[in-house]
Amino acid sequence: MGEVNTKVNLLGIELDNPIIPASGTYGFGYEFAELYDINILGTFSFKGTTKDPRFGNPTPRIAETASGMLNAVGLQNPGVEKVISEELPKLKKVFNKKVMANVSGFSIPDYVYTCEKLDKEEQVGWIELNVSCPNVHGGGMSFGTDPVLLGEVVREVRKVVTKPLIVKLSPNVTNIVEIAKACEDNGADGIALINTLLGMRIDLRKRKPLLKNTTGGLSGPAIFPVAVRCVYQVAHAVKIPVIGMGGVSTAEDVIEMMMAGATAVEVGAANLVNPYACKEIIEDLPRVMEKYGITSLKDIIGGAL
Amino acid sequence: MKQVVFSVKTNKAIAPNVYKMILEGDTSGITNCGQFVNIAIDGYYLRRPISVCDYDDETLTLIYKVVGKGTEAMSKMGEGTKLDTLTGLGNGYNTDASGTYVMLIGGGVGVPPLYNLAKTLRADDKEVVVILGFNTKSEIFYEEEFKALGCKVKVTTVDGSYGIKGFVTNAMDGEEYDYFYTCGPEPMLKAVYNASKTSGEFSFEERMGCGFGACMGCSCKTLYGNKRICKDGPVLKKEEITWEK
Repeated sequence: MGEVNTKVNLLGIELDNPIIPASGTYGFGYEFAELYDINILGTFSFKGTTKDPRFGNPTPRIAETASGMLNAVGLQNPGVEKVISEELPKLKKVFNKKVMANVSGFSIPDYVYTCEKLDKEEQVGWIELNVSCPNVHGGGMSFGTDPVLLGEVVREVRKVVTKPLIVKLSPNVTNIVEIAKACEDNGADGIALINTLLGMRIDLRKRKPLLKNTTGGLSGPAIFPVAVRCVYQVAHAVKIPVIGMGGVSTAEDVIEMMMAGATAVEVGAANLVNPYACKEIIEDLPRVMEKYGITSLKDIIGGAL
Repeated sequence: MKQVVFSVKTNKAIAPNVYKMILEGDTSGITNCGQFVNIAIDGYYLRRPISVCDYDDETLTLIYKVVGKGTEAMSKMGEGTKLDTLTGLGNGYNTDASGTYVMLIGGGVGVPPLYNLAKTLRADDKEVVVILGFNTKSEIFYEEEFKALGCKVKVTTVDGSYGIKGFVTNAMDGEEYDYFYTCGPEPMLKAVYNASKTSGEFSFEERMGCGFGACMGCSCKTLYGNKRICKDGPVLKKEEITWEK
């Protein structure tokens, strides 16, 4: 096998490869660090963090679907103070690269507070602003579906964030390009997409929704084509880098996502059904690159645009 | 946790909709009784978490109930079927806490994980009383197997078709014990919690995403903070349980 180059540059930080476990599927990394050296990753996006600790939604909050799953976890996390005082020091022992800090909130001051705190942490390389969680009320996705409100959040957060600011978008909108442009116009450095698609299942025996929250976010291979389409449309329309995600499960999916315009690729639900998914994708990348005549991954970004 | 490809040795019904599957493969990932495994089934996205009934160096015994399409597919698997399985998941029971006189209380498919526990306790010369609760006579399984370990076994049926009529708590009356372990549907666990006179341990069930602590799908509240049923559980101590949702 010839030499292939898997390195990509994500907003000024070089990644060994474009593989990034997505927020909410990788915790703070330790469960996976018990299984393999997580330093093989490009980086990872840690569990969505809010100003205050959250339990999330009542259970059951997981349901299966064809080629995927619904979750309605609802941003369970220990809150930003504990993330900084407990999770990040623990993470430092197993991960020596810059990590992506995923931040969620319920108001603009919430987002600003949490981002300002995490921006000061030396381990944090990028802030990923989650304005697209479909499982919380009065926050999350409601910011990500209104370009005016979203522009305001990004503008305010931008004032306190010195590191690259990436905004993670919801596909549950009429015009994703308009939303992405609102982020770019208000100072975002990058766009990540897609978060989960709003979905629902019903228990036929109980005649009630399977999820206690009624609805949840659909992830897994079922949403991959929707994600490729969204990445393609947004990469066409904005000048800032795009991170692609949504149902990515194989090295082929990674290449497809990059051809659609992604600079880096997040892997979500695949980590939950196969804890070695990211390791296997990273190990398989050179073979798949060779198969398609790719010597450097950088060269294929947006190749299909 | 260890990922192992097991091979199905036998798989047959032992009660209506309840199957016993014996798998061959590396069981070294299992470190404690009361743990579970998470099985990938062709055509289904999420794995199926099933408690470990018994194991030795080369074989793993599971007893599972057909509750949906995934477990139905499992029930049709023949000898030699390969199963991608994550083993040794969850904390399991703390047998050091048992004292000398131990009570085990199982309801329906909550019974299986108590078998390896009983075996472990009996190997340690503990006096073990096992209460097995079922709805009706035809659903009963493993009464003889527990007896063969030298346990005192009491069976309850809701309809009174066999053993003591009523619920497991009816059979708890009059028994002396230092400690107890239980597994079963949540209403039963709650009844045992209220009827029990000593400390003990409860094994819980919840819909899971990953089964190894990453997704936060199966979290529950305890008196000592949030816990993940799959990783910090499935066994919780009586003193930490809150029934508040």
